[in-house]
Amino acid sequence: MKYLDEYRDGDMAAQLVALIGRAVTRPWVIMEVCGGQTHTIVRYGIDELLPRGVELVHGPGCPVCVTPLETVDRAHIIASNPDVIFCSFGDMLRVPGSRGDLLGLKARGSDVRFVYSPLDAVRIAAANPSRRVVFFAIGFETTAPANAMAVSLARRRGLRNFSVLVSHSLVPPAMTAILQAPGNRVQAFLGPGHVCTVMGTSEYEPIATRYGVPIVITGFEPLDMLEGVLRAVRQLEAGGRVVDNQYARAVRPDGNPVARQLIDEVFEVCDRKWRGVGSIPKSGYRLRYEYRDHDAERLFEVDDVEATESAVCISGQILRGLKKPSECPAFGRACTPRTPLGATMVSSEGACAAYYAYGRYLGQPALAGPAERTGRQ
Amino acid sequence: MCLGVPGRVVEVRREHDVLMGKVEFGGISKHVCLEHVPEVRPGDYVLVHVGFALSRLDEAEARRVFEFLASINQLDDLTVPSS
Repeated sequence: MKYLDEYRDGDMAAQLVALIGRAVTRPWVIMEVCGGQTHTIVRYGIDELLPRGVELVHGPGCPVCVTPLETVDRAHIIASNPDVIFCSFGDMLRVPGSRGDLLGLKARGSDVRFVYSPLDAVRIAAANPSRRVVFFAIGFETTAPANAMAVSLARRRGLRNFSVLVSHSLVPPAMTAILQAPGNRVQAFLGPGHVCTVMGTSEYEPIATRYGVPIVITGFEPLDMLEGVLRAVRQLEAGGRVVDNQYARAVRPDGNPVARQLIDEVFEVCDRKWRGVGSIPKSGYRLRYEYRDHDAERLFEVDDVEATESAVCISGQILRGLKKPSECPAFGRACTPRTPLGATMVSSEGACAAYYAYGRYLGQPALAGPAERTGRQ
Repeated sequence: MCLGVPGRVVEVRREHDVLMGKVEFGGISKHVCLEHVPEVRPGDYVLVHVGFALSRLDEAEARRVFEFLASINQLDDLTVPSS
């Protein structure tokens, strides 16, 4: 397919790897922010192609992973209500809360449906006026315009039976939290390409300047990732600390102003808890007061539900780039995609799930990541 | 989760008060909301996420990495490592 196949060309990938090899004179740690990028890296073995010393660490950019356990529990409580049709993106249905997952609830007779688009949930609400339709509105800035549109349309059409359980997270505050954390190893970022199609690149500039880190907004195909690494390494070697846009075919400097205006109409910024990381100030969206009639958390009175995470899981350290999945004692043993203990195993885009899916749990030298190759444990 | 798939717009139309369109992804077509990219026309490529087009893909920018590699190859025979 156009705009995909040409970015998977092996010869060009080898050329970019060679250019990275020429650019590097010392070790660097680069974090890719997005779960989609982590998936590309592990799937194509990009981390193993890179020269010794260029280490990729995996960031917190998977909204399914970072949705707090208590929010999953709230979804469970709402979906158990026999009046409710509970709609969600497919990957959220398998995420276990302390009461089990939504798919299990569906198996026991609850009306849980997975939808491709938030607009599908609005259609279901219009077609079922006697039922209460709740959509699980999770995501980063990329998904916010779609979720905002669903709420806005439901309101315009007078669909009082439609509400949303909102768990929206914002990427820049999470990057700041990573840079501020004690023991931070990240020296440059591959920025979240699709988030920036909406938000643009300007909000990353203060982070690059203040913390002295290059941020290269990067796409999701293998050549995108390698070009992103090359641009990051060249900046690191030259002492650069600016925002660069590798993904200019999709990302404009000012993002998508039409989409952002709708987000601002429906949502406002709030503090948000990230699963595995904890609370990060001003790192989420919630519905504006004017839209409270569509706020499932308020309508179903589930805002005081609390939950406790597994004590063994090290997903918090993985999400901050401090550890790799294979360093966890539970990885591939007590914790697998079927029985996940924490954030990074729950969704296929999580770093632990990606390592598991592509056989990085075997621990054999041939399959070891760059951390092992450089002798660091 | 932030998956974005490039597709070609084949039809643009208004459904009630919403700008919608048909977008083709290598032979499969889907109805996609075009409210956030009101400037697109049939034949344009857009990046689609959860049924919404978020951005129109820029052909000239898309070629840049290939032109960059070609220019390097002209300057200097870039050898590819054997491993």
